[in-house]
Amino acid sequence: MFDLVVILIPVFPLLTVMANGLNVMLGHRFSDEVAHRLAWGSVFASFLCSLWVFVQILSDPAPHTVVAYRWFFGGDLQVNLGFLIDPLTCVMLLVVTGVGFLIHVYSVGYMHGEEGFARFFTYMNLFMVSMLLLVMGSNYVVLFIGWEGVGLCSYLLIGYYYDRVSAAQAATKAFVVNRIGDAGFLLAIFLVFATFGTLDYTDVFAQASRLDSGTATAIAICLLIGAIGKSAQLPLYTWLPDAMEGPTPVSALIHAATMVTAGVYMVVRNHAIYDMAPDALLLVGVIGAATALFAATIGLVQTDIKRVLAYSTVSQLGFMFLACGVGAYIAAIFHLVTHAFFKALLFLSAGSVIHALSGEQDIRKMGGLKDRIPVTHWVFLIGTAAIAGFPFMSGWWSKDEILGHAFVHGRYILWLLGAIAAFCTSFYMSRLLYITFYGESRVPHEAEPHIHESPQVMLIPLVVLAVLSVIGGLIGVIPGGMENGAFHQFLKPIVLSTGAGGEEAHDVHLLPYMLMVATTLIGVAGWFTAHYFYYLRPAVPVQFAEQMRGAYMLLLNKYWVDELYQKLFVEPSKSLGRALDRFDTVVFDGAVVGVWKATEMGAAGSTWFEKYVIYGSLNVIGYGNHLAARLLRQLQSGLVHHYATILIAGFVILVNLIVLFLWVGGGS
Amino acid sequence: MSNIILNTTELPHLLTLLILLPVVGVAVMAFFKDETAIKHVAFWTAALEFLLSVPLYLWFEPQRSQMQFGEVAEWITTPPVRYALGIDGISLWLILLTTLLTPICIVASWTAIKTRVREFMIAMLVMETTMVGVFCALDFVLFYVFWETMLIPMYLLIGVWGGPNRIYAAIKFFLYTLAGSFLLLIAVIVLFFQGGHTFDILALSQAHYGQTMQAWLFWTFFAAFAVKVPMFPFHTWLPDAHVEAPTAGSVILASVLLKMGAYGFLRFSLPIVPDAAQRFTPIILTLSVVAIIYGAYMALAQADLKKLIAYSSVSHMGFVTLGIFVFNAQGVEGALLQMLNHGITTGGLFLCVGLIYERTHSRLIADNGGLSKPMPRYAACLVIFALSSLGLPGTNNFIGEFLVLVGTFLQSKTIAVIATLGIILAAVYLLWMVQRVAFGVPSPKTAKLPDLNWCEMATLVPLVILVFWIGVFPNLFLAPMHESVAHLFDTMARGQQSMPTAVGLLSGAGMTAP
Repeated sequence: MFDLVVILIPVFPLLTVMANGLNVMLGHRFSDEVAHRLAWGSVFASFLCSLWVFVQILSDPAPHTVVAYRWFFGGDLQVNLGFLIDPLTCVMLLVVTGVGFLIHVYSVGYMHGEEGFARFFTYMNLFMVSMLLLVMGSNYVVLFIGWEGVGLCSYLLIGYYYDRVSAAQAATKAFVVNRIGDAGFLLAIFLVFATFGTLDYTDVFAQASRLDSGTATAIAICLLIGAIGKSAQLPLYTWLPDAMEGPTPVSALIHAATMVTAGVYMVVRNHAIYDMAPDALLLVGVIGAATALFAATIGLVQTDIKRVLAYSTVSQLGFMFLACGVGAYIAAIFHLVTHAFFKALLFLSAGSVIHALSGEQDIRKMGGLKDRIPVTHWVFLIGTAAIAGFPFMSGWWSKDEILGHAFVHGRYILWLLGAIAAFCTSFYMSRLLYITFYGESRVPHEAEPHIHESPQVMLIPLVVLAVLSVIGGLIGVIPGGMENGAFHQFLKPIVLSTGAGGEEAHDVHLLPYMLMVATTLIGVAGWFTAHYFYYLRPAVPVQFAEQMRGAYMLLLNKYWVDELYQKLFVEPSKSLGRALDRFDTVVFDGAVVGVWKATEMGAAGSTWFEKYVIYGSLNVIGYGNHLAARLLRQLQSGLVHHYATILIAGFVILVNLIVLFLWVGGGS
Repeated sequence: MSNIILNTTELPHLLTLLILLPVVGVAVMAFFKDETAIKHVAFWTAALEFLLSVPLYLWFEPQRSQMQFGEVAEWITTPPVRYALGIDGISLWLILLTTLLTPICIVASWTAIKTRVREFMIAMLVMETTMVGVFCALDFVLFYVFWETMLIPMYLLIGVWGGPNRIYAAIKFFLYTLAGSFLLLIAVIVLFFQGGHTFDILALSQAHYGQTMQAWLFWTFFAAFAVKVPMFPFHTWLPDAHVEAPTAGSVILASVLLKMGAYGFLRFSLPIVPDAAQRFTPIILTLSVVAIIYGAYMALAQADLKKLIAYSSVSHMGFVTLGIFVFNAQGVEGALLQMLNHGITTGGLFLCVGLIYERTHSRLIADNGGLSKPMPRYAACLVIFALSSLGLPGTNNFIGEFLVLVGTFLQSKTIAVIATLGIILAAVYLLWMVQRVAFGVPSPKTAKLPDLNWCEMATLVPLVILVFWIGVFPNLFLAPMHESVAHLFDTMARGQQSMPTAVGLLSGAGMTAP
C-alpha cells in the first residue's frame, strides 16, 4: 500500500502529461476545459498522496526505500528507479505538490484564452513529474533525471512564447547555464561511484564518515557546481532574471518556489558529505552570503516588477546557501518552505497586477493601484511584509534563524553580509510596493479603463498563500519555542542521522533574542528608508541617482555581468568554432585535395611517360595495348545504370556462389 | 564449433534469409515497370525484412556468450574460406537498427527521389544486404566481401542522387574508405598466415600474436576502422558526404555505416590484438576526446543543418570510441548502446532536415526559421531528437553517455572531465540550432509551410518511441550485451599470464571475474 501510494505520486501527473501531450500533438481532440481539469486534478491527487505519506512518516520517521523497477546496469553499476521517503522528502513533497497545486489553479485563470493553453499545462505537469523525481529519488541518478527534467521544463516554459526572440534566447541561456552546473553534478556522481561503488543514498551516506577530506571536498565542490547552476548562485545566476520571459505562473512555480530550491535540497540531502568537507561547506556559505547581497543590490534599482522579484529570489536562495554553509541545514529547509509560500504569493500577485494592466510589467507605468485592485494589493502587502522580515510573519522566523546561526557559529562576516542583504531586501520590496500600489497613477490613459481585479480562480490561491505567508513560520516555533518547533523536530532525524553535524552543540539563549531584535530593526530600517524615499519624498531617489550616477548605472546594468560573460565565453566560443572550421577546411581538406592533385599529376606524368617513352619504344606492342584500352573503356561509360548493372551482375554471381556452397555444404 | 550455436529455431537459415531477402526484392522489382509499384516492392521487402529480424531479439538467449543463430558451410577449400554466420550481443542491435531504418528510409525517399527510382531502390536494398552481412559474417573473407561491396551502393547514392557537389563528395568518400579497406585486406592476409591458416574470426580471436605483430595489425585495423567511425583527424569526408547525400543516404551513412568502424574495433581490434589495443589506448582515448570537443565546436560554427549534424556525429562517435577503449563493462556497454542511440537520434535528425529541405529547398539554418508556428508537429519531433542528442535523462542518449562516462571516469579522470565538458557544448550547439529553426518569428517563406502529413509522421514516430523506450527501459536493450561483453573481456585476457602489463589495465572495476 505504502509503496503503491509513493509510486502514484509522480505517476498521476505523468499520466496527464501523456494525455494532454497526445491531445496537443493530435490536434486538440478534447477541449481546454478538460485539459486544465486533468492537469490540476492530477497535481491535487499527488498532493493527497503526499499528505497520506506524510502522515505515515510522522508515525514512523525511519527512511523507506521504494523501488519501482531496475532501471539499468552495466558491470557492477546498478541503478534502480527508486524512491527514498524520509522526513526531508516529505517536506519537499508537500511544498512541491501543495504550492504546485495552487499555482496550477491560478494558471487556469491567468492563462485563460492563451494560444497553447493545453501545451502550457502539459509542460507544467511534466515539470511536476520531474520535480517529484528530483525530491523523491533514492539515488543520484534519479535525482539527476529530475534535475535535468526540471531544467528541460524550465527551458520549454521560458520559451513558451516561442515566437518572441528574447524568450527563445532566454530559454537557451537558461538551459546552457544549467548544463554547466549539470556537468559538475555528473562529475560528482562519477566520483561518488568511483569512491563508494554505489550510487544509492543510503549506502553512500552510511559510509560517508569514512571519507578522507580530499575526496569529500572534491565531491562536495562538484555537487556545489551543480547546485549553483540550478539555484542561480554566483557566478551562474544570470539565467534566472532572463527566465522571467516565461508566463508568470511559471516564474512563481519554477523560478521561485520549487525548481531553484533544488540546489538547496541537494546540499542538505548530501550534508553527510559536506560535514566531512568543512572547506567546501565554508565555500557554500561564502557563495550564499555573497549572492544574497549581490543580487539584493541589483534589485534596488530594477524597474520591471518580475525582475525585481527574480533578483530577490536569487538573493533569498543565497540566504538558504548561507544557512547550509554554517551547518544550519534545517534552517535552510525552513527558509525554503516559507520562501516557497511568500515568493509564490509575490509572483502570483505580480501576475495579477500584470493581468490587471493587460501585460504591463514596467513599474514606472503603474502606481496608485491600491484601490483599483484591492485584494491583489493586500496579498502583495502581506508577501512584502513576509519577505522583508516584518515581525511574526513567516519570513521573519526563518531569515532570523539563518542570521542567528551565522552569528552563533562565529561567521561574523557572513552575518554582516546577510544583514546588509536583509536591509536591501526590505528596502527594495517596500519600494516595489510603494511604486506599484501607492502614489499617483502613472498608467497610460488608454489602459486606465481596462484595469480590473482578477477572477476568483486567481484570487483564491492568492489568499491561501497569503494566509500561509503569515502563519507558515509558526511551524518552526510551535510548540517548543524557537528551533524546537514541530518542523525542526520532524527534520531532526535527517540531519542527525550521520552524527557528524554540530547543529545543537551550543546552548545560548539570550543571544538569539538580541539578534532577533537586531534583524527586526534592520528590516524596519529598510522599510522606513523606502517609505521616506518613495512615499514621503518621491523626488529624492531621482536626485540620488543623479548624484551617484556611477553607482546607479552599475546597479541598473547589473554590474555588466551579462556583457562580461558574452565577451569572455560566448563570443570566444563562437570564434573558436569558426576558427576550427577554417582550420578544418584548410588543413584536413587541403591535405586530401593535395593528395588528390598529386595523384592526378602523377597520373598525368605516367600517362606522358607511357605515351612517349613506352609507346615510343614499344610501338608494336603499344598498338595492342591501345586496342585493349579501347575495349576496357567501353566499360567505363560513366553511365550509372552501367555501373549498377556491373554491380548487380557481380553480386548475383556472388550470391549464386554462396547459395551453391550452402547447398554443397548444407549436408555437413 | 563450440563458439557458434547453430540455428535451431523455427526459421532455418534465418540470417541467410535476412541477407538474401533484399536481393530477392530487387529481383521481384524486375517484374514491374511502374515507379509506384517499384517503391511498394522495395518498401514491403524492407518491411518484411524488419519483421523477420524481430525474432532475432525474441529468440536471442542473453545468458549465452556464444554466437547464436549460427550457420556454417564450406565455401572455398583452399584457402579455407567458410560461409559462417552468427550474431552475439554486440551485433544484435546493429542488425535490428539496419532493418528498422531501411524501410523508414524508403518511405522518406518516396517523394524526395524523382529520378531513377528503380536504381535508387536497388541501391537501398543492396545496401541493406551488405550491411546485414557485415554484422553477421564470422569469416574474414566473407566479412571483407560485404564490407567492400557496401561501398558501391553508398557511392552511387551520393554520386547519383546527391546535391550539386556530389561527385567530389562521392569520390572523397570512396577514396577515404577504400584506402582503409586496402589496409584491412592486408591485415586479413597477414592474419591468415599468423593465426593458423584460417579466416575464422573466432579462431583468430583465440590465437596468440607477438607484440610487434600486434602493433602492426592494430594500426592497420585502426586505419580501416577510424576512417569509418570517423575518428579525428579522419573525419573530413563525413560532412561532405552528408551534405551531398540524399536524405536516405545520410540516414544510412550516419546510423549504420559509421557503426561499422566501431563494430570493427569491437570485433577485431580488441579480441584479436588485445595487448596492442591496451598499449595504444592513451592515443585512442586522446583522439576520442579531441573528436568530442572538436566536433562540438565545429557543429557550433555551421550554418548548414546537415553539416551541423554531421559534425555532431563526429562528436558523438567520440563517445563511442571512448567507451570501447576504456575496457570496462560500463564503457563498452555504454558504447554499444550509444551506437544504437546515435543511429536512432541522428537518423531522426537527418530525416528532419530532409523533410524541411523538401519544403524550402534550403538546408541553411538562416532560411528555416520560426517553424513552430506553421509546423508544430515537425518542431516537436525536431526538439525531441535534439534533446535526445544532447543526452537528456529520460531519453536514450543519456543512458549510453552516462555509462560511457562512468567507465571513462574509472579509467582516467582527466579524460572523463574533458568529455563531460562535451555535453555542455552539445547543449549549446543543439539548442542554438533549435532556437533558430523552431523558435522565433517565421519568415514569409516559412510561414505557410504545411505541417507533417501522416506518411511523414510515420517515418519519425517509430524513432521518437525508441528514444523514450530506451531512455525509460534501457535494461531491455542492455541485457543481451552483458554476456557478450564479458566474453569479449575473457578473450582479451587470454594472454594475461605471458603479458603481465595487461593485467593492470584489465583489472579495473567492471571486469567480470573469470
